[in-house]
Amino acid sequence: MAVEMRKGRYGKFGGQYVPETLMSALIELEKAYGEAKADPTFAKELDYYLRDFVGRENPLYFAERLTEKIGGAKIFLKREDLNHTGAHKINNSLGQALLAMRMGKRKIVAETGAGQHGVATATACALFGLECVVFMGKEDIRRQELNVFRMELLGAKVVSVDKGTGTLKDAVNEALRYWVANVEDTHYILGSALGPHPFPEIVRDFQRVIGVETRRQIVEKEGRLPDAVVACIGGGSNAIGMFHPFVGDEEVALYGVEAAGSGIATGLHAAAIADGKEGVLHGAFMYVLQDDNGFIQEAHSISAGLDYPAVGPEHCHLHDIGRVKYEAVTDAGALEGLQLLSRTEGIIPALESAHAVQFASELAKSMEKEQAIVVCLSGRGDKDMQTVRDALGGEVE
Amino acid sequence: MKTLEKRIRESMAEGRKAFVSYMMAGDGGLATLKEKLLFLQEAGVTAIEIGIPFSDPVADGEAIQQAGARALAEGVTLRNVLGELERCKGEVAVPLVVMTYLNPVLAFGVPQFVEVCQRAGIVGVIIPDLPLEESGPLRDELDGTDIALIPLVSLTSPDERIKRITESAEGFLYAVTVNGITGERNEFGEELHSHLQRVKQMSDVPVLAGFGISTQTQVKEMGNHTDGVIVGSTIVEAFHQNELDRIRKLVQAGVEKFEIVNLH
Ligand SMILES: Cc1ncc(COP(=O)(O)O)c(C=O)c1O
Repeated sequence: MAVEMRKGRYGKFGGQYVPETLMSALIELEKAYGEAKADPTFAKELDYYLRDFVGRENPLYFAERLTEKIGGAKIFLKREDLNHTGAHKINNSLGQALLAMRMGKRKIVAETGAGQHGVATATACALFGLECVVFMGKEDIRRQELNVFRMELLGAKVVSVDKGTGTLKDAVNEALRYWVANVEDTHYILGSALGPHPFPEIVRDFQRVIGVETRRQIVEKEGRLPDAVVACIGGGSNAIGMFHPFVGDEEVALYGVEAAGSGIATGLHAAAIADGKEGVLHGAFMYVLQDDNGFIQEAHSISAGLDYPAVGPEHCHLHDIGRVKYEAVTDAGALEGLQLLSRTEGIIPALESAHAVQFASELAKSMEKEQAIVVCLSGRGDKDMQTVRDALGGEVE
Repeated sequence: MKTLEKRIRESMAEGRKAFVSYMMAGDGGLATLKEKLLFLQEAGVTAIEIGIPFSDPVADGEAIQQAGARALAEGVTLRNVLGELERCKGEVAVPLVVMTYLNPVLAFGVPQFVEVCQRAGIVGVIIPDLPLEESGPLRDELDGTDIALIPLVSLTSPDERIKRITESAEGFLYAVTVNGITGERNEFGEELHSHLQRVKQMSDVPVLAGFGISTQTQVKEMGNHTDGVIVGSTIVEAFHQNELDRIRKLVQAGVEKFEIVNLH
């Protein structure tokens, strides 16, 4: 018999590859989200918190000195780094926390890699008085010690995961296991445009505010749409939020920047589109870093937030149809981009965002002076100071 | 009717409940697989569920995760397990079911996987991260083979959904007894018995309960409400500790001729 009920597909990617215990929670979430989306009071409530709590809308800033230094297209920065908690992650955490409350769930579980999504979720939970458990890989806890402390200050319980590789993918596994066991009163706030349907859609919609604001702001400043838009890709949430409102504008080139770690050829990287194969991880069919036996491989990047062995399903589709170009920048490149932006603009970007900055700087060189590039500056660099200092040997040349 | 269901029904007709033993392939080395299968067969299990280790086993609890990690360290893969099973084919008569996460199957290639399973005499497949909605492509490939696609139902599945799942079920229906992952449990929730009975009423194929069943008493208790049980973590642990007698006793408790124990 034909069992054709597949949902949440982006071309052939996406879907719902989860244990049966989670299926009714996903169906409930899909329904609740559909109702919330149709309810103007939900949008109003979210807007209120985005404005008065997060500080939106944030600026689209013309990076004049950077532009001059590079001597090509004009570079604009979408300042997600100025959001409360320091990154775009809060847009999604707030939206999903409000959604959880609509479903009558007052307990939250989340995973985190860099700690940014964990901090954003712990923040939303503190704001609304929700219980919060965050799973974090042991290796990431070591790399992002201060973010652990921040989450704890905000009242969240942080659980260390030492299984597998002790990084983000293992934290997602544990968060999923926890959710399976507590599904009746707990909502899982997934932190990127990943996971089983309806998560990729929900996360994208809550991050779309980035692109929607950018579109309006660039038209105000330049009187037209940008020629190119650039964003870094971990799971792909800041990028899909930024790209989505531009996907229909053929004249706008879209670039996603993956983490090339030590270089694609070394095998030590996190570039699943550049070097992955189709497969299923964490509930969705995507490009995944894996070996010939289908075992998932560890991702490598200097930035914990890009250290994930797959890329969200909608990006996989946008790659397949050629609408978005996916490029990769190495650890060394990201460090260069980070220093460049710090020196020329007085903005220290997150290491994740520095990948986008570096690629955009190269791209700008090949473009005309009248053209415009927008870079999604997804977060600020405060969290990375230890890592950057270690990588630069304690010295800035 | 596919072989697996037939064999379960045969033991039911003799007045026995089914006892399906899970084991992790290659825990202790792939070379020990055959000897363990023969041991379980000898102990009297109705069928054996052979777990394939995976890097990211989200549905599994501590004991099976660790067994999987040990097997991975031994270099065990879906491919070499199926190869080994093909070599044991003549000696193992008890029905064999493969339990694997989806990604290794996709990496293998779905048609190739089905073909090699057939060669190895596999009669059932359990894929914990493949719910009804996504099962179409594998189901199409299994169509016309003697391999049953065994679905899971959970405590959270609404009746209407359980009905839809049972409609396409083959072999048996795997009724998950807890919200959670595999692993030993001291006690089960109150609603479980009535849930299992409801599932049984809705199902045309035999219903077996699994997840967290670890003692002889629990084996009997679950058997009272279903057509049998699947026991995993305890057996995996017992093999690891080499406590073979514990396994024999559990199996006996499962397949003993009916004697309805009243627990309350
Ligand atoms: C500042 C920043 N940018 C980007 C990312 C990558 O995530 P995504 O690809 O979902 O935007 C992270 C993840 O932690 C982050 O903290």
